[in-house]
Amino acid sequence: MSALAHVPAASGQSSAPPPPPRRGRHRLLPYLLLLPGAAWLFVFFALPLLQLAAASLYDPAGSLSTGYALTWAFGNYPDAVQAYWPQFARSFLYSAIALVLALLMGYPLAYAIAQKAGRWKNLLLVCVVAPMFTSFLVRTLAWKTILSDNGWVVGLLRDVHLLGPDGRLLATPIAVVLGITYNFLPFLVLPLYASLERLDPRLLEAASDLYASGWQAFRRITLPLSMPGLIAGTLLFFIPATGDYINAELLGTPNEYMIGNVIDSAFLVRLDYPQGAALSFLLMAAILAIVFGYLRKAGTEEVL
Amino acid sequence: MRLSRWLADRWVMIVALLVLGYLSLPVLVVAGLSFNRPSSRLSYDFHEFTLDNWRQPCATSDMCDAVLRSVQIGFLATVVSTVLGTLMAFALVRHRFRARSGINVLIFLPMATPELVMGTSLLALFVAAGVPQGFWTIVIAHVMFCVSFVVVTVKARLAGMDRRLEEAAMDLYASEWQTFRRITLPLVLPGIVAAALLAFSLSFDDFIITNFNAGTTVTFPMYVWGAAQRGIPPQVNVIGTAMFAIALLLVGASSLRGRRARRAALLAPAPAAAPPASRS
Repeated sequence: MSALAHVPAASGQSSAPPPPPRRGRHRLLPYLLLLPGAAWLFVFFALPLLQLAAASLYDPAGSLSTGYALTWAFGNYPDAVQAYWPQFARSFLYSAIALVLALLMGYPLAYAIAQKAGRWKNLLLVCVVAPMFTSFLVRTLAWKTILSDNGWVVGLLRDVHLLGPDGRLLATPIAVVLGITYNFLPFLVLPLYASLERLDPRLLEAASDLYASGWQAFRRITLPLSMPGLIAGTLLFFIPATGDYINAELLGTPNEYMIGNVIDSAFLVRLDYPQGAALSFLLMAAILAIVFGYLRKAGTEEVL
Repeated sequence: MRLSRWLADRWVMIVALLVLGYLSLPVLVVAGLSFNRPSSRLSYDFHEFTLDNWRQPCATSDMCDAVLRSVQIGFLATVVSTVLGTLMAFALVRHRFRARSGINVLIFLPMATPELVMGTSLLALFVAAGVPQGFWTIVIAHVMFCVSFVVVTVKARLAGMDRRLEEAAMDLYASEWQTFRRITLPLVLPGIVAAALLAFSLSFDDFIITNFNAGTTVTFPMYVWGAAQRGIPPQVNVIGTAMFAIALLLVGASSLRGRRARRAALLAPAPAAAPPASRS
């Protein structure tokens, strides 16, 4: 690259100025640039994960005040699963349902902004991102107002008999799933938009010239070309959604608690570190397994 | 028949607008509730219009303390993570070195790990090392999860930069430092600013990781969390609305500046090699 740039100077007249001083070789420079950041990530991200693994194998008989002994108590894992498998299952169930809802809403939205919005594109994009400017917790609490028993949503649903006269939305799984869908939808839409924005509309014209139906064109052209964004968006949605417990706490009841609620209370209320660590580690392992399984499938063969 | 045709042509846009409505509804409700005088502490319904919440946003003083603390933490975390992340981005884009893939994994993983796991593992570390939790452990945690986002943002800007501008400067006998100061930095600056804003908003809004590493220190999201059990003061919605308005103003201002810069570039396309020193 730099050799190319010097060619015109070299082919000039002999009166050209002497070649500029060459850049010194800084063998160490990249390492010096990386060191502070990498050290920070190592000490405060990687090392803690090891500590978490160790804590998950502490003797469960210990406590914060008496201290914990690392006794390689692998039994903590089956014990934790046995005690809290419903919350575990619920985490994955809720985030899976929310993911399906988010795809149904997010794909048309991303497509419309990328391909149909014209000069309104940037404004609509801001509308997607803007809600995130307000605090996550404050927005989630706003759903308490929207779904309240006295609110117009519940009133309307009762009037059309989708809800019984005493039916509610708040403190039900519906509210929790709606909240999760809402909170993480922008993470799905943005990468999807980035992929769809690069889609050449002439491909779709060509497809319809060749007598493809709208569905065929979507299935054979739009969907495959948006795959990178779809995969990235799905992961960006699914990972935080599964670990979330704010929606379950604020919009649900203990009957809707997800694994995050259990881990939060294990560490901060019950002070049962071995159990909390075991659950945390299991959550990470489960998510990683799903992510890598999914990436592998999506990477090697066509999804659908 | 006509209506169905019209719907078939436009259904994507209609669905999109409905989804945008779903996304915007809570923000509108927050703005509305900021003018509400609730009937009781635990009520979330709109009761009566009032301007009192905006007149006295700090009527509950511990909330304003929490906001102030969040701003302080956000500021510190932003400065440190922006510096660390920018250095790493330069190393990754501009240099070849060993351990590159390992470093990439180290940067990618925090973005793919659930916050819950990062929060609990850091808690386990602090407890095992006997570090008392509070203001500084929150800052440490926030820097940790912001760095990766800074790296990604600055890297994107650096990778899209024309190297020939720097080579031209060097050909014109600019020293390495002068080249960096007068060419590279002004060109990368928008990326660094974007990264810093992202870091601040991530830090300011973080709840899960903070919750595990705060000790008795209360940030704004933690205040809201605690207040959700005891009853939310309506001023919380004032803060939420104000944050929204400030962020929106920033976005508006930057897009206006971008548009003006683009128009200026269109009017005067010739001096592409003009000294970029006048920027910044």
